[in-house]
Amino acid sequence: MRVVRARAVTEGFSYHAGYPRDIMPEDLNWAIGGEAGDGIDSTGKIFAQALSRAGRHVFTSKDFASRIRGGYTAYKVRTSVDRVESVVDRLDILIALTERTIHENEDELHEDSVIIYDGERSTMQDVEVPGDATALEVPLKRLAEDAGGAIMLNVVALGAACEVTGFPIENLDESLEKRFGDKGEAIVENNKEAARKGQHYVQEEYGEFDYDMETTDEDYVLLNGDEAIGMGAIAAGCRFYAGYPITPATDVMEYMTGRVDQFGGKVVQAEDELSAINMALGAARAGARAMTATSGPGIDLMTETFGLVATSETPLVICDVMRSGPSTGMPTKQEQGDLNMTLYGGHGEIPRFVVAPTTVSECFWKTVEAFNLAEKYQTPVFLVSDLAMAVTEQTFSPETFDMDEVEIDRGKVVDENEIDTWLDEKGRFQAHFAAADGVSPRAFPGTTDGAHMTTGLEHDELGRRTEDTDVRIEQVDKRQRKVETAREQEDFDYREFGDPDADTLVISWGSNEGALREGLTLLEEDGYDVRFLSVPYIFPRPDLSEEIEAAEDVIVVECNATGQFADVIEHDVLERVQRINKYNGVRFKADELATEIKQTLDTPAEATQ
Amino acid sequence: MSSDVRFTDFKSDKQPTWCPGCGDFGTMNGMMKALAETGNDPDNTFIVAGIGCSGKIGTYMHSYALHGVHGRALPVGIGVKMANPDLEVMVSGGDGDGYSIGAGHFIHAVRRNVDMSYVVMDNRIYGLTKGQASPTSREDFETSTSPDGPNQPPVNPKALALASGATFIAQSFSSNAQRHAEIVQKAVEHDGFGFVNVYSPCVTFNDVDTYDYFRDAIVDLDETDHDPSDRDQAKDKILESEKEYMGVLYQDEDSVPFEEREGVEGSMAEIPDGAPEGAMDLVREFY
Repeated sequence: MRVVRARAVTEGFSYHAGYPRDIMPEDLNWAIGGEAGDGIDSTGKIFAQALSRAGRHVFTSKDFASRIRGGYTAYKVRTSVDRVESVVDRLDILIALTERTIHENEDELHEDSVIIYDGERSTMQDVEVPGDATALEVPLKRLAEDAGGAIMLNVVALGAACEVTGFPIENLDESLEKRFGDKGEAIVENNKEAARKGQHYVQEEYGEFDYDMETTDEDYVLLNGDEAIGMGAIAAGCRFYAGYPITPATDVMEYMTGRVDQFGGKVVQAEDELSAINMALGAARAGARAMTATSGPGIDLMTETFGLVATSETPLVICDVMRSGPSTGMPTKQEQGDLNMTLYGGHGEIPRFVVAPTTVSECFWKTVEAFNLAEKYQTPVFLVSDLAMAVTEQTFSPETFDMDEVEIDRGKVVDENEIDTWLDEKGRFQAHFAAADGVSPRAFPGTTDGAHMTTGLEHDELGRRTEDTDVRIEQVDKRQRKVETAREQEDFDYREFGDPDADTLVISWGSNEGALREGLTLLEEDGYDVRFLSVPYIFPRPDLSEEIEAAEDVIVVECNATGQFADVIEHDVLERVQRINKYNGVRFKADELATEIKQTLDTPAEATQ
Repeated sequence: MSSDVRFTDFKSDKQPTWCPGCGDFGTMNGMMKALAETGNDPDNTFIVAGIGCSGKIGTYMHSYALHGVHGRALPVGIGVKMANPDLEVMVSGGDGDGYSIGAGHFIHAVRRNVDMSYVVMDNRIYGLTKGQASPTSREDFETSTSPDGPNQPPVNPKALALASGATFIAQSFSSNAQRHAEIVQKAVEHDGFGFVNVYSPCVTFNDVDTYDYFRDAIVDLDETDHDPSDRDQAKDKILESEKEYMGVLYQDEDSVPFEEREGVEGSMAEIPDGAPEGAMDLVREFY
């Protein structure tokens, strides 16, 4: 069975070329766009929160550039009474603060689209609205000034949008209170007034629109993937975070700053990523659950320390919120290009776990799991997220993050009372004891009689450097056994969707799950049955051989150019070769190789597996 | 802990592989004495060592210890101390580790002022790679990779420290056992980042900055009227490039360590069996 990779999607998908609007009649797609510095994000968030509090599901996305002022930026909201798991290329309501906003979204507009803009603005007077979309000129600035200040023009637009979409404006009030509450009652009231001015203007000048947004009694929370990771870390007992700001991972750090302090922890902003990962390593050696998060360029720097984390057997969660690479790449754009980096980065060979949450809520749960894996197996655990999840704010019922469900497993930590078991005949603690399951005892500094060293040099069971060939093999094998133990003890399974008996098998990893799930619904309506496996465990990962064997077509979908996950999936189903490996530090010798090859040939293949 | 800790308790049973006569022997003995004198014991002490001849110190001493990646010893030490302020943290490395590959961390560790000590074995040469120029090598010092000398002035680490807002700067000499131990002890006792540059001669690869050179050149600050609380006096002494001083050059007695300013109260190692109490409030924040 050959694995087919997804064809290269090169053109931006457009509504006109794709599915007609009526196939998803229940959802509404709304956006506000303008220049960076126009308050686009905060305005979009106010609207998203209002929808969420009104019991509607929300899935947001951002168009943004790596700049603080100017350019084009947009905050987009897809909302429905039912869950929404993806963005689509269709815009129903667009608040355009600049002409460019309209051009940037031209392909997503349709005949029922409504564009709200300020026709009195000098830069917006000659705006041409594409196709049959409805142009809704609202004097945003003038109405905002009437309400108390031009600065509220975005809120006037929100009021106008409420009227167009049939969304009760009272729902906006709570969001405005949340956003402006700390600026005083007067400001909040002015903003409410500004919203109503926008609403009334549309009512009086344009009459009724077809859109009608229902509300429900549900009450959702709204958060993005970075926040979910930060919250997961605190829930899992992470107490030390060191990082260096980088898009799109900074939100993890900003979320934890201040909050982790309430639970006795601390965030330290390091001078660079080299330092950040080493600080986190130090904190973990001291016994704290510790973490760092970064993105591509930062992961490059941290690579230096991966080997030390693994050979010192220090539990550490290293989060990579991927963005477009290589080098500085496209810092504000999506890519799943670091899979190989997290799987293989660093010289030499180390055991490691790579976990990639597939949804915003899974960002929380997989973070909790990452900390348990790190401590149970005393290894680095790579928590691989991406920009798409980092910038997506999504609604969930609060029970999705039921803190009572959080379980903590600290692994083989030994205290004063148990330490005697792990001392050698001279009373020395064996921090790298070659246990059958590969996992050694762990004594936090301060534990009486537990003093020991560890090092990135190959070491013996006491953590002291060695070049002894037998000890080298013992320690390499011991570390590697942890992976086998984890395979036996953990449930590294995929998440399955679609038709389990379908001939077409789609496999993906990371944040594509939502878009694929909704895509499957569209395919089903067109008569395509698909089985979809969403894989959150990259290493160790589920064995998909049987599933692949059972399918006629296998398609691997991922957000990168070369198909990095497709490569590992193909690798998994290849015919096995026999292997001769040597890793005691001595090169191959001619007579030795001749003997080894002879022995390999004389041994049945299964026996060498 | 116990008051009867002797400095030899900090010695491991591994015999050093340093060359006979290496300055690092004396440097290490002073560190062990300082730790014992300040009431520490191996179970509450964490040593972080860099890479190079000096980096081997973690193996020869007995305590909790990590021998890490070249140049990154200071960040590790900061992480250890932040996560458990009850531990005595001592970081040690060489001039290459601290002032070349780790120079960026040195500046920031100094200004961060975490309560730990940093003992640099400065031999003005790369010893473990068999004799190349180090950042503190003299401008005309001929080595295998700098046949005409490095042609650039040496780094002045004490000046770097002063410029970075150091609260404790000292210079020591491994051969003067008594004074060296006293100086390191002061660094350990200092409330903040106690930085000690130690002249720790390399007898194999450096025939310029030798024991004889230092013995002749060095002036003990205790035998002068130097006032270590006076930053201007410290600055003048540190910038006198032709002089070698021994002793505490600068100490800010009002120093408050970073972890204290940041409100870290105790070890972060202990956590509850499930999510911490009040964690559900984190979810409610997202309404």
